[in-house]
Amino acid sequence: MSTTLDSTSTSAIVQREASARRREGRDRRAVTRHRVPVSVGSTAVLLIGAVYCLMPVAWVLIASTKDASELFSTFTFAPSTHLWDNLVELSAYRDGLYWRWMLNTALYAGVGAIVSTYISALSGYALAKYTFPGKGVVFKVLLMGVLVPGVILAIPQYLLLAQVGLTNTYWSVLLPQIISPYGIYLARIYSAAAVPTEVIESARTEGAGELSIFHRIALPMLAPGLVTIFLFQFVAVWNNFMLPYIMLGDDRLFPITVGLSGLLNQGATVPAMYTLVITGALVSIVPLVALFLVLQRYWRVDLAAGAVKA
Amino acid sequence: MRASFRTGAVVAVAAAALIMTGCAADSGSEGSADDPIELTYWTWAPNMDKVADIWNAEHPEIQVTVNKQDGGDPAITKLLTAIKAGSGAPDLIQAEYQKIPTLVASDAIADISGAGGSDIADEFPDGVWDSVTLGGDAVYAVPQDTGPMMFFYREDLFAQYGLSVPTTWDEYAETARALHAADPSKYLGTFSANDAGWFAGLAQQAHAQWWSIDGEAWGVGIDEEPTQQVAEYWGGLVQEGVIDNKPMYTPEWNAGLNDGSQAGWLGAVWGPGVLSGNAADTAGLWKAAPLPTWDGDVANGNWGGSSTAVTTQSKHAEAAVEFATWLNTDPEAVQALVDEAGIYPAATAAAASVLTEAPEFFSNQPDFYEVAAQAADAVAPFAYGPNVNVAFSAYNDEFAKAAEAKTVDAFLAAVTAMQQVTVDDLESSGFTVAE
Repeated sequence: MSTTLDSTSTSAIVQREASARRREGRDRRAVTRHRVPVSVGSTAVLLIGAVYCLMPVAWVLIASTKDASELFSTFTFAPSTHLWDNLVELSAYRDGLYWRWMLNTALYAGVGAIVSTYISALSGYALAKYTFPGKGVVFKVLLMGVLVPGVILAIPQYLLLAQVGLTNTYWSVLLPQIISPYGIYLARIYSAAAVPTEVIESARTEGAGELSIFHRIALPMLAPGLVTIFLFQFVAVWNNFMLPYIMLGDDRLFPITVGLSGLLNQGATVPAMYTLVITGALVSIVPLVALFLVLQRYWRVDLAAGAVKA
Repeated sequence: MRASFRTGAVVAVAAAALIMTGCAADSGSEGSADDPIELTYWTWAPNMDKVADIWNAEHPEIQVTVNKQDGGDPAITKLLTAIKAGSGAPDLIQAEYQKIPTLVASDAIADISGAGGSDIADEFPDGVWDSVTLGGDAVYAVPQDTGPMMFFYREDLFAQYGLSVPTTWDEYAETARALHAADPSKYLGTFSANDAGWFAGLAQQAHAQWWSIDGEAWGVGIDEEPTQQVAEYWGGLVQEGVIDNKPMYTPEWNAGLNDGSQAGWLGAVWGPGVLSGNAADTAGLWKAAPLPTWDGDVANGNWGGSSTAVTTQSKHAEAAVEFATWLNTDPEAVQALVDEAGIYPAATAAAASVLTEAPEFFSNQPDFYEVAAQAADAVAPFAYGPNVNVAFSAYNDEFAKAAEAKTVDAFLAAVTAMQQVTVDDLESSGFTVAE
């Protein structure tokens, strides 16, 4: 769960890549000439940073190999041999409820992120490439939306969805998350940078409809940027706690986050299931790590690939 | 604010489409096997779905779906949100006794006296029944389990250090001193500033009455002699350093249960589940005894315990009451509650017939449930008010400071502060408070 993309770093990546591309030709020779000597100080700082980030992961990994009594009695970083037992126990908990949570999370994050990415692309493209009355207002409202944290919208969203009787359903978690102001904002920047207006205009002269221009010409050009939006949205949904926590009453609909927190808060009369929670947390970060390793390389793909070269 | 108009419209249209398809099925009040009444039941007790399965097999006309919740506080918060929103609440909910006044004040749970709720009063001890009627003619819930407090101790360590089981609080203090002197790493127990319910139980044993109602006015009696006496006693032990001041239910406390540095625990009848979950390797080393008394005055307190309530949003109150009654009084159901959910049933007769064999963790103590029955019999009357959550969080805040300060004065000041916070909150919520 430590793998979160904070918003500043994503937008920084986006903008940096976009401008880096533009400057690349000019700067290439300059970069190769200046070999920066390895600084011991900066390496040390980075190492400390790495340890700081990886320590909790290492702790989860080691703690998940211990059984319930070892967890509180043996040395913190001394591994044990009960990982497999813990996994079996986790799978057995209420007839494999954990795996159902995992599937739910995949549904919320996967479907939610795909739909959200598509809507972001559609809206961002429209904001970047069309002129229509009120465009400025819409974009400013959108920017304000970026500033409002999703957490504080959870209760109003609950009240709204309760009025239409959708609380405690899959929809109650999916619907609020498919609109992402931040995703739309990013898509607008990508569209402005990666889809040249000339291409759209020549497509129009060829007689293509607006929707087919978007789907067949703009979307492929936007693909690398959309991967970033998808990943960002996927991680945001995967780690979201407050919204499903408020919306859902049936634990068969829970995502991993809410399910695991429930295992810790069984009430005073029932012991917290520490080993299950720790093992569950370990398993739950595996898909995220895999997803990042697979999709990471798309981030480096030239934003302007496939478009008209200047 | 959050989205553009267009995308907002998309959501609205999608939502509308779902309502069209989703809201067609609404059955009449009489269920049948072909068209059963569907009840949802929010509970956090483990394996409750298995208990409901027994009912569902026998009653095809009323089908109960269990939604497992995350413990008492989150479930009640969710219920109150759903009540406020006007939909989304279940038919039945597990409610701790101290939550009932709050739920009644928020109009979240229904008076079931007209739906057959009054007929079962004789099945339960008077003190327990009082907490679901709030002393009036209405019935707000069917009692499910109780938590009479008990003293758990490590028999092996007591033998090793030549200690005897304390029967009064004076003896408990002596034993705590002797144990800590013999091995400074060991404590007979801890004063937990995190568990307001635990402290309320100890105060209840000393005959405290934190809330009372006189006509229309609420009385708050926290900062009075019984609670002061309890606070002074524990403040003294903490100041002396012979009792630990760390909260319970932390990894550190769990470690203490395992390695013997927590040689005793003032818990309640559901304690075996906690001990076996946190310190499985110490099975057979623990024994249970009645809570020490104040100079031989046989009384006890409750820690925990809950009931089954019908929410005001339920469209099938009678069916819900029928299920709640079966769940908590039928011998087969009570047996299942004990076996599957591991609770101590509130229904007196059913409990006596079901609880014959000691829990596995206490297999070294065959008379475990005789001790428990004794503890349950001795429970002193105690009423909860409409702002238990405020008083309990004031406990957490104030006693956390006191446990850190480690002085008797700080403990007494914490009781005074608790009283003040509770009274202020009642007044600002519009209740009349008697002086």
